[in-house]
Amino acid sequence: MSGFEARSRAALADPRKRANVPRFAEKAALNRVRGFEGVDLEALRAAGEAARARAIADLPRLLDALQAKLEAAGAVVHRAATGADAARYVTDVVLRHGRMVVKSKSMASEEIGLNDHLEAAGVEVVETDLGEFIVQTAGEAPEHIIIPAIHKTTGQVRDLFEPLAGRPIGDDPAELTRFARAHLRKRFLEAPVGITGVNFAVAETGTIVLVTNEGNGRMCSSLPKVHVAIMGMERVVADLADLAVLLPLLTRSGTGQKITSYVTMLNGPRRREEGDGPEEMHVVILDNGRARVRETPYRSVLHCIRCGACQNVCPVYRQVGGTAYGWVYGGPIGAVLTPLLHGDQELGHASSLCAACDDVCPVRIPLHELLLGLRRDRAADSAGALERLAFRLWSLAWSRPWLYRLTVRMAGTARGPLPLLRRWTRTRDLEVHR
Amino acid sequence: MVALFPTCLGEALNRAAVRDTSRLLAAAGVAAEQPSGATCCGQPAWNSGFVRDARRVARRTLRALADAEAVVVPGGSCAAMMRLHWRELFRGERDEELAEAVAARTFELSQYLVDERGWVPPEPARKAEVSYHDSCHMLRELRLHDQPRALLAAVCDVRELPRADRCCGFGGTFSVRYPDVSTAMADDKLASAATIAAATVASADPGCVMQIEGRASRTGAGVRVAHLATIVAEAL
Ligand code: SF4
Repeated sequence: MSGFEARSRAALADPRKRANVPRFAEKAALNRVRGFEGVDLEALRAAGEAARARAIADLPRLLDALQAKLEAAGAVVHRAATGADAARYVTDVVLRHGRMVVKSKSMASEEIGLNDHLEAAGVEVVETDLGEFIVQTAGEAPEHIIIPAIHKTTGQVRDLFEPLAGRPIGDDPAELTRFARAHLRKRFLEAPVGITGVNFAVAETGTIVLVTNEGNGRMCSSLPKVHVAIMGMERVVADLADLAVLLPLLTRSGTGQKITSYVTMLNGPRRREEGDGPEEMHVVILDNGRARVRETPYRSVLHCIRCGACQNVCPVYRQVGGTAYGWVYGGPIGAVLTPLLHGDQELGHASSLCAACDDVCPVRIPLHELLLGLRRDRAADSAGALERLAFRLWSLAWSRPWLYRLTVRMAGTARGPLPLLRRWTRTRDLEVHR
Repeated sequence: MVALFPTCLGEALNRAAVRDTSRLLAAAGVAAEQPSGATCCGQPAWNSGFVRDARRVARRTLRALADAEAVVVPGGSCAAMMRLHWRELFRGERDEELAEAVAARTFELSQYLVDERGWVPPEPARKAEVSYHDSCHMLRELRLHDQPRALLAAVCDVRELPRADRCCGFGGTFSVRYPDVSTAMADDKLASAATIAAATVASADPGCVMQIEGRASRTGAGVRVAHLATIVAEAL
């Protein structure tokens, strides 16, 4: 059994996951629809696509400009070619200041396995986004790129939190949140280093933009003495005008909000005249395969702004969740990104090609075209050898009408132990209407 | 000559729907023929990434349809393959111009009847209830939403299926590559039919019919699943 098949079967066997993922994904999808009510969505999407295409086309220059601005403001910029390089750099920074970090949500940090790396070096890592905190407490990985604990019921969260609290909390989400807040507040004040992701980085002004609803991103980037921001190199946008297009596209597509509760814009560490903010700021710009992808026909995948909208509408994602895709990104964006950045070509097939994702992507990435491209690459590769033979035989037969007719007639009466047929008939009847 | 292209799934599993398509065309005053040299549109190989194999099969069908003034297809995803992807498939290849020409003359069944012929069936004395499930490629590639509903609404009381646009999980080879996920998606579809206690679900794609009907039959879901052509022809 292939990797995705095994993982998806395990996910399908988890009844709570199967109940929760589609429920909350549907909610997010409906919020998105409401979020765009009364606006010219197609015009916005076209503008979003143009802004992202501009950024990726001009990526090397924009990254240099971003770095120059950040350095002029006193930040330290580190370009990491690989995940291991990034993890090592961040761990070194942390170890210079202490043994504890508070972290807000960052898929890039998931991608490089940062928590494991830090913990192996003896650093306590505290996830401060509520969803990430739940997932971390459970010892799991995020199931959704913006709703990490999408698969958890409040009952499950209670069972995770009560042992931490050492007292009963109950099922009330407000109570559970209150506990998490109190529990985390202490850590914010103690931790010498805060780590955040980056939603956008504006090259023109050297601005790191964080989009959150809980304010934890702002706390992680302002309370500790040191702030480390980790960004995939494609997070960059040209200027504030492009940010103004993309920011509401992200929030409306992700949660349906015109704007999130907190939008934090950071221009370097604390300046002499400022009363607060970190004394030291590091920005890690992660390549990890992106520059290579930029040179391929899959370049447009770098336009992604990580809104999660494609996951919410994906009928495959809704059944199996995000971790079934085998790496950190699930759903259509994961099925495209994972083979490109991480390997596992099979994921190009983890889709019914229904194209629902194409219709919601705020920056109009042709996701199902890209999936088809991945399938072509695999077809030409050794992984597809057996299938290649099967399709060769098929095409030789079906380019001959008499053989075609013979085989379709047989198909209508097919019985017996044909392996492909069994994969159909195990769960479905084969109805024939003569 | 108007050609009726039955599609491979239609010929293998749903010849009734192909016959019903003929009847609908006849009722609309169109005498359609099934060209004997046509086989499959090539979609199974195309969607699996085997472009050359797709082309080899599609070329046979393309040439068999060369003389047709219009090609009518009772299968949404096959119509999308022929109308949209054949142009890509033959770009820079032999038969490129022919592919362009045939693509432009190819229509999904409801698209042909409603848009090209301006035909909807006459209203029957009694209307049965039906719900419609959208084929993904018919809806999101060909953007055919109203046409199948217009045909059905002429002869039936159409009750919208909640999330009619969500994939039923067929996806061609996807259905046997990941049978469990595919089946779970079919269950989702049947669950949404159950929320409105749908008696009949119609689809304009033999693949969706095969999937939803096959699962309904296995689970005893108690909903009839049929090709749109069959439902409409029954009311003639
Ligand atoms: S691919 Fe598009 S829809 Fe999916 S997360 Fe990225 S931006 Fe959002």
